[in-house]
Amino acid sequence: MTKAFGKLAAVEARLFLREPMAVFFAIVLPVGLLLALGTTIPGFRDADPSLGGQRFVDAPFTAMMVLLSIVTLGLSVLPGSLVIYRERGVLRRLSTTPVRPGALLAAQLLINVVVSVVATTLTLVLGHLILGVPLPGSPWAFAAVFVLGTLTMLAIGLLLAAVAPNARVVQGAGSALMFPLLFLAGMWLPRPAMPELLGRISDFTPTGAFGQGLMDTLGGHVPQPLHLAVLAGWALAAGLAAARLFRWE
Amino acid sequence: MAIITVNHLRKTYGTRVAVEDVSFSVEEGEVFGIVGRNGAGKTTTVECVAGLRTPTAGTVTVDADLKEQVGVQLQECSLPDKIRVGEALALYASFYSRPAGWRALAEEAGLDLRAPFGKLSGGQRQRLSVALALVGSPRVAILDELTTGLDPRARRETWDQVVRIRERGVTVLLVTHFMEEVERLCDRVAVVSRGRVRAVDTPAGLVARAGGEQRLVFHTDDPVDGLRALPEVASVTTSGSEVTVTGTGDLLSAVAAVLPPSRTRGLRMERTTLDDAFLVLTAESLAGTQEES
Repeated sequence: MTKAFGKLAAVEARLFLREPMAVFFAIVLPVGLLLALGTTIPGFRDADPSLGGQRFVDAPFTAMMVLLSIVTLGLSVLPGSLVIYRERGVLRRLSTTPVRPGALLAAQLLINVVVSVVATTLTLVLGHLILGVPLPGSPWAFAAVFVLGTLTMLAIGLLLAAVAPNARVVQGAGSALMFPLLFLAGMWLPRPAMPELLGRISDFTPTGAFGQGLMDTLGGHVPQPLHLAVLAGWALAAGLAAARLFRWE
Repeated sequence: MAIITVNHLRKTYGTRVAVEDVSFSVEEGEVFGIVGRNGAGKTTTVECVAGLRTPTAGTVTVDADLKEQVGVQLQECSLPDKIRVGEALALYASFYSRPAGWRALAEEAGLDLRAPFGKLSGGQRQRLSVALALVGSPRVAILDELTTGLDPRARRETWDQVVRIRERGVTVLLVTHFMEEVERLCDRVAVVSRGRVRAVDTPAGLVARAGGEQRLVFHTDDPVDGLRALPEVASVTTSGSEVTVTGTGDLLSAVAAVLPPSRTRGLRMERTTLDDAFLVLTAESLAGTQEES
């Protein structure tokens, strides 16, 4: 059984690597944007008094690129492949073998976690080597935010896969959610620049809490309990709803 | 000893009755067909046998481990486009405790191990699907609408694959609506119509049940009334110069003795085919259900 799961995960990993769009949006785009804009736009590398003397690349930009990768995985890559597997009867076909279709779901989750770890590590390490972005002062605090945020986004992905009737709907719903959620995270309008009400709303969204948690831990601060609680709440709610609503066929 | 026994199976979805009352049993080593029109309840029946659906009433007994020893090829089940033939077979082989040699299966099915699923033709996909059903070395293989949508050549190649399965001693439960497929492959068939079994017999037995009649059609200018007296002849009908004679036994010789073939033109002989038998058997059932209601 463990042999079968290992094999399943290995095949799923190869299939992921054969999807150029998934690899591009989850890994190449965030890392590429950080390095390309970080090296070419001079203002990004100047100490910014509004950020307490930090440079824009140090915490906000790096945090947003880590977030972009994980949001792409949760809202597009994971639900997209699960819905296609259901639509094509792959999950149903598996249920006639000694392997449970849940194993495929677990393999998919594992791959998305591994890809988010790889993308985040590349962002941090290349950002550090090329742009001099400081590594998180407290790796444990950063890891806690990263784990909670990744769980939250993947749980939302599972919920999307659970309720979407077909692949076209899941892709549409994923993109429709992605832009407001990235906006609320501060992708285009940094959270400190948001009007107070918007900032308050952002605090309670999964991406707002995740983005701020990443910025705090990358900037050498402690994550705010509110944001950790918000993330845990979303992960739990989306995860439970997905478990209740998920259909294998 | 029967390896599959289905006893008064009934399956409803809300108020819709998919399977009314189906019973049959399949002996070890035979190719057993379930034949019927679309919507007759064939797929629901085999899905209950495969353990994918729970019967509303009745029982299904399979004398084999459903997951380990029953290989399934389902209608409308496919694989990710980017998976390669070899990867899919190796993956499915890893699920079973006693897998078959998957390379040999691929070779036998004429499949290129490196070809991605998305690039396979309809026939290749079907043959891969059958190979996947066999990769766990099952005792029973359930094949649903194996050749629907395939061209005649691909259909023949898939049939050859089924013949080889049978030679290995695997019991095959085959769902189809092609009579030619039944004639070629099945030892016995259950004819299903409107969720009920109308007949279970060998293909030849079904033809015999439907009358097993022969029909001679020819043109002649001679009088044909003398033919009616022959014991082999059941009926004679004329339409202009065309004559149709139906009957049994050695009809052709009997007719030729009275009416020399040199006096006839365009003589042809037709037999009741399995197609005819199927139409007769299901038409009776339709009339039957109308009387009941």
